Amino acid sequence: MNAEQILFILFGGVSLIGAIAVISFRHPIYSALSLIVTFFAQAGLFLLLGAHFVAAVQVIVYAGAIMVLFLFVIMLLNLGTLSAKGAMSGKLKGFAIVLGILLAVEGVYIATNVLNNTAIASAQPATETPTTTTYDIGELLFSKYLLPFEVTSLILLAALIGVIVLVKRGSEAEN
Amino acid sequence: MENLPLSVFILSSTAKIVIIVHMLLIGVMAMIWSERRVSGWMQDRLGPNRVGFQGILQPIADGLKFLFKEDLIPNHVDKPLYVLAPAMLLVPALVTVAVVPFGSSITILGYEIPLQIADINIGILYVLAITSLGVYGVVLGAWASNNKYSLLGGLRSSAQMISYELTLGLAIIGVLMLTSSLSLREIATAQGAYPWHWNFMIHFPAFLAFTTAMYAETNRLPFDLAEAEQELVAGYHTEYSSMKFAMFFMAEYMNMIVGSAVTVTLFLGGWHFFGLENMGGPVWSGIISFGIFFVKTAIFLFVFIWVRWTLPRFRYDQLMNFGWKFLLPVALTSIVVTGTLWIMTSSRLVVAIGNIVAAFIVASIVAGLLAMKTPKPAIQDSDSRLTPTALDAIE
Amino acid sequence: MELQYYLILSALLFTTGVIGVLIRRNAIIIFMCIELMLNAANLAFVAISRSLGEATGQVFVFFVMTVAAAEVAIGLAIIVSVFKHRQTINVDEVNSLKG
Repeated sequence: MNAEQILFILFGGVSLIGAIAVISFRHPIYSALSLIVTFFAQAGLFLLLGAHFVAAVQVIVYAGAIMVLFLFVIMLLNLGTLSAKGAMSGKLKGFAIVLGILLAVEGVYIATNVLNNTAIASAQPATETPTTTTYDIGELLFSKYLLPFEVTSLILLAALIGVIVLVKRGSEAEN
Repeated sequence: MENLPLSVFILSSTAKIVIIVHMLLIGVMAMIWSERRVSGWMQDRLGPNRVGFQGILQPIADGLKFLFKEDLIPNHVDKPLYVLAPAMLLVPALVTVAVVPFGSSITILGYEIPLQIADINIGILYVLAITSLGVYGVVLGAWASNNKYSLLGGLRSSAQMISYELTLGLAIIGVLMLTSSLSLREIATAQGAYPWHWNFMIHFPAFLAFTTAMYAETNRLPFDLAEAEQELVAGYHTEYSSMKFAMFFMAEYMNMIVGSAVTVTLFLGGWHFFGLENMGGPVWSGIISFGIFFVKTAIFLFVFIWVRWTLPRFRYDQLMNFGWKFLLPVALTSIVVTGTLWIMTSSRLVVAIGNIVAAFIVASIVAGLLAMKTPKPAIQDSDSRLTPTALDAIE
Repeated sequence: MELQYYLILSALLFTTGVIGVLIRRNAIIIFMCIELMLNAANLAFVAISRSLGEATGQVFVFFVMTVAAAEVAIGLAIIVSVFKHRQTINVDEVNSLKG
């Protein structure tokens, strides 16, 4: 086992355990914390894959901004655990988990078998981990993907206006 | 560095880590002492001067007292998070320093050792990423305390940190554009030996925005709403005592020190000072450059204390308005102006002048718009009359 | 490391997200599970980008993150206003169109 495999197992294991913890904790705050752990482990995986920029942005955007928003809302609404009334019946839950495991089997099958016949598998992976620099990403972003890039800015603008309208209407209704 | 043999690399890195972590811890003590002494001086009183020469051992006495206090955990808290929170604030503060270059390089036994723990190619992104994690310590500590005042402090703090992080990130984009590198070492090297080559001259509005945002990120006055004593007892650390409180306290000072070091690297020329850093042999130049960096950081830290006793605390709505409607437009303008003028003229002088003019125009427009739109509050509370006039305009 | 291990991990993470959406009734946790699924997709993007030796996959991760950020802002605003109206964020109890 080389260092990369050990790190992969470490980060992969942590992210998987974190993900399972997200759906098992009763209290949303603990779920949110587990999700942060998962995001961190994924940033580690991105580093392993040589995607330094993406790893940093993952931490800045997800851990630094999105999850803080989640925590903020959980604290603001003072959400505790949901009442027992809202809990699902055990039978339905079991059914959902079985369906989920079926999906997992399917995904693993696709990853191991089907992809072997496609262009992705036949492309010879580089022997050394090629480090994608910020420069490479920036160049692609501002040449080949300029239009999608501009469209994302529109999405953000729309989201911004949407949130303001939603919140404004709520507070005006109260007054 | 790749050109060093592995054994030398491990040895030198360990030495650097040990030295820097200890300097940081001693720096915290020095900051606590100097903050109290300088505050005393600014308020025309003495400050602590009994323990040791001029009270220099006072922080050690404080530390001992913290250690021997009972470490109580109240019954009503959420225990795992309550214990975790101080560490979650302290660790980010400690690890940020890993990428800060604190000097040029030093040559020992023929090996050139850079004075920086890790020179990673996304250095500044790393700093931003780790800084953004500091908020969890505050928020979780506040929530786990299960106390109304703590929770209010945590809510304020999370909103404040998200808002000012944006400015923090945007303000450095101009610097990154002209340096075309994310590595802190390259940013420091790219600034010349003389102050008029340093980034704060070229990006003056961005420098001001960055510094202001950093004050907000470190929860210092005038932005310490998370622990406003008059309103929230002590904010997020109300329920903490003994070493857990001391960890919050240390993290705050560590954040200040690291923040100052990053600002010095980004905007104030790093270890450069009129070519002084190249004097002496290969060993001395390294030590001198480290000394220059140290002095610059210390001066910047003094400004922290100075500001604390100069500006009163913001009101919460003023804080939000200031961050979103004033600092953010200024930082954005700085990006647009820097980019445009640099492409058109490739002259740092033009960029510098353009930045200042544009920031002035934008600031006046924003201030005018806000003054026009905001109706005067029905009840003029006494707080607002205490704020400086410039802030009244923004509000 | 082979590409397949990353893809398997990505599939497992995605499934965890799906199961979470199915079994949890708390709107905030459901929302977190959606973030988890988006992240699993990101992992696959980056892994394939490495395997193909080009940066396109990482550009897509960038787009996914932007969309996720926008979605979180809107989604949380909706959750807050739903909570204001009904004092609950259990998705089973929010079942009538009438405010």
